[in-house]
Amino acid sequence: MKPVTPSDSKALQVEIVISELLRWGVYGSLLLLVVGTVVSYIHPETYGAGGGSGADLHRLITEGATFPRTLSWLGHGLLQLQGQAIIVAGLLLLIATPVIRVLVSIIAFALEKDRAFVVITTVVFLLLMISFALGKAG
Amino acid sequence: MTPLFFTLLVAAISLSAGVLGSLVGVGGGIIVVPALSLLLGVDIRHAIAASIISVIATSSGAASAYVRERITNIRLAMLLEIATAAGALTGAFLAAYISGRWLFILFGVILSYTSWSMLQKKKTAATVLPPDPMADSLRLHGSYFDRALGQQVTYRVARTKLGLAVSYVAGTVSGLLGIGGGVLKVPVMNLAMGIPIKVCSATSNFMIGVTAATSAAVYFMRGDVQPFVAAPVAVGVLLGAKLGSRLLGRLPNHVIRIAFVAVLLLSATQMLWKGLR
Repeated sequence: MKPVTPSDSKALQVEIVISELLRWGVYGSLLLLVVGTVVSYIHPETYGAGGGSGADLHRLITEGATFPRTLSWLGHGLLQLQGQAIIVAGLLLLIATPVIRVLVSIIAFALEKDRAFVVITTVVFLLLMISFALGKAG
Repeated sequence: MTPLFFTLLVAAISLSAGVLGSLVGVGGGIIVVPALSLLLGVDIRHAIAASIISVIATSSGAASAYVRERITNIRLAMLLEIATAAGALTGAFLAAYISGRWLFILFGVILSYTSWSMLQKKKTAATVLPPDPMADSLRLHGSYFDRALGQQVTYRVARTKLGLAVSYVAGTVSGLLGIGGGVLKVPVMNLAMGIPIKVCSATSNFMIGVTAATSAAVYFMRGDVQPFVAAPVAVGVLLGAKLGSRLLGRLPNHVIRIAFVAVLLLSATQMLWKGLR
């Protein structure tokens, strides 16, 4: 039996779309993370003045307090161009990229008319959504 | 040490973690977690959360090159991902009830044994794979262009059910111990399922990102992701993974295999250390 490769042009196009999407997702989060870090250093109250001191570092890496994570905090922070909020937006975009990739794959398999894999990929996606939901609740 | 120096140092360490992780198909966690927690004194919760972020960064940073070069077997990845995602869910919620100590010892031993098997692989390379009707009907077999060999490599997939079982365990472990499941998935794909090492790396790379995304969301909601720590990790690993993914196609298989064995041994040592300490 000849090994099957997804070599028809439609599948190839979808793979290229996925690859492009990932690339821009990665560049987008890189940009947000770098800008957010620079902004955080510019405003002395976040990381300490002029690159910070040993005491600032101690506060940043050992404090047990959990980080604020509400959407309203994020929206508010982004509007005010706060460094920490920009970083969080970059991290969220990074976390979302694999999920978006799974979603796009469902469409790709549907275009290939590959029923089994539309089902498999949809199950993967649902499991991811369940994890998100449970994580939020827990 | 000042925060600024910390940021630059962590970015540099993460860059190397990204290169290595993307080459062998495991997250950078085995480098990032000890570097942050043991070397730099970061709170372990923040260190583990940052390492989960680094796993996603490894995966996404490398992914576009691997998809373009068609080294990733997306069908196989999706199938095994069902088992891995279910395992990760199990692990994340077992973590509250199970002490890591014995698990660390157990997986330390398993990984030591695995690294030994991976080194022995050459002798058994000629063994004939058993037929696998499941792999046939789901069309898991594949081919890719190997730049180092300069030719198209065609391969068949065997023992899909074993792969599913190990992927479930790998997912559970990644949820429980905060390590990527790549150290378990790459050997089973390579040794049991008969898949070329580069395809194993790239395919594992795809899966660890998807699995880690669920864990990352959980850590994020809990408030464990500290932007100050996670940002330089993510930036460093993303850039490192981009570099690593350019290298994978060009490097000969035995280099990838040796790098993987080194990562396995490092991983095994860390686990035994955590368990026995």
